Amino acid sequence: MVNTDNIRHTAWNECADLGDFGMSEAKQIIACPVCDTLYAIDDEIAAVPTNCRRCGHRLTYGERAAIAGVVGMAFASATLMLVALFVPFLELSNGGRTISTSLVHVVAGFSRGIMVPLGFAVLGFIILLPLLRFLLLIFSLGPVAFHKSALPGAAIALRIAIALKPWAMAEVFMVGVAVALVKLSDLAFTDVGVGFWILAVAVLITAYQETFMCRHTLWTELNRAQQ
Amino acid sequence: MITARSAGLVGCRSCGLVAPADQLTCARCGAPLQSRDDTSLQRVWAWWTVGLLAYIPANIYPMLLTTQVFRTKESTILEGVLDLMQHGDHLVAIIIFLASVFIPVAKFVTIAFLAATLARPHKRETHQLLRLYDIVEFIGRWSMIDVFVVAILSTLVQFGSLASINPGFAAVSFALSVIFTMLAAQSFDSRMIWDQLQDGPAR
Ligand SMILES: [Zn+2]
Ligand SMILES: [Zn+2]
Repeated sequence: MVNTDNIRHTAWNECADLGDFGMSEAKQIIACPVCDTLYAIDDEIAAVPTNCRRCGHRLTYGERAAIAGVVGMAFASATLMLVALFVPFLELSNGGRTISTSLVHVVAGFSRGIMVPLGFAVLGFIILLPLLRFLLLIFSLGPVAFHKSALPGAAIALRIAIALKPWAMAEVFMVGVAVALVKLSDLAFTDVGVGFWILAVAVLITAYQETFMCRHTLWTELNRAQQ
Repeated sequence: MITARSAGLVGCRSCGLVAPADQLTCARCGAPLQSRDDTSLQRVWAWWTVGLLAYIPANIYPMLLTTQVFRTKESTILEGVLDLMQHGDHLVAIIIFLASVFIPVAKFVTIAFLAATLARPHKRETHQLLRLYDIVEFIGRWSMIDVFVVAILSTLVQFGSLASINPGFAAVSFALSVIFTMLAAQSFDSRMIWDQLQDGPAR
């Protein structure tokens, strides 16, 4: 066994003693997911930002209030995104006639021929996957934020939410909208509707949320809530 | 540095928790545990190949079919960029060129370079290899811009009656190519960068 002074000392160096890995409340032995280097991390270390010494991967973000922030922002983004679906997203006017289309309308337009697979891709990447991700985060971490015990399946939900991140592409879509408006500028007069700005706010909140997504904290807290 | 593998342990790539080497699933997050992903490079090359196969028709076939006053104009990715350039929309032309031409080509080259380098012991800077890997992982999704542009144009312009815009076959094959190369990048096991390092520079 190692004594506690020793743990604190060795923690940020490589993990020297592996006699009781993972079992104690006070410290956890983790392997850097990028390069496999071992570290012993206790609450004190998790409270400050730390990077892997070998590869530079951010191991802890040092955010104690991370859970409430992540859940709150996931909730806000999901709500905004749902609202953005149904309010006017783009406006197109052509010789006195103005047509406004919602995001639902845009996606519903892909219902024939070669547009069908494209429609599924757009629907999935910009709406379904981001929404699913927010709901999974709320489901897995919501009870933890309110100091309740975690729901069954919370761990799988959190793992899927993290894995879905590269596939949620709402921000890429926003750039696509801007480019489409430029391309349309000589065909018709176009303008963005309120839905565009709502979705933009949801994208910004999500980007800010990422700075709170310290995996170490999320998993440690979820683990505690499961016991 | 002590790695989980050298200590007879296995680290979870999803949550980081360490487990005995023979444990199959992570006790904390339920992810499958594998000390090293032996089939990683095979999967990288498989996704890379289908990605490249999908990228070829994406450049040959039209991305966009514009019908205006009974005349249909077809334009490929590159023709779309040139059109924008002639129109004076230089910034947008550059964005589309980067997203649809430069990034995909650079990604194919970089993934091939990484996969070839990591197949045998190497003496390169691990930090540079890791940076390349990070860039490839981060940037892939931005290639989707043009697919979204085509999608928006084709539904929006249906509503106005002056013209109609339809996506061409290239839109679908380009989207598939982006998805496949994202899967290729995700198939890398980054831990190989250090495993395969020959005793050269210390880090
Ligand atoms: Zn590391
Ligand atoms: Zn795990």
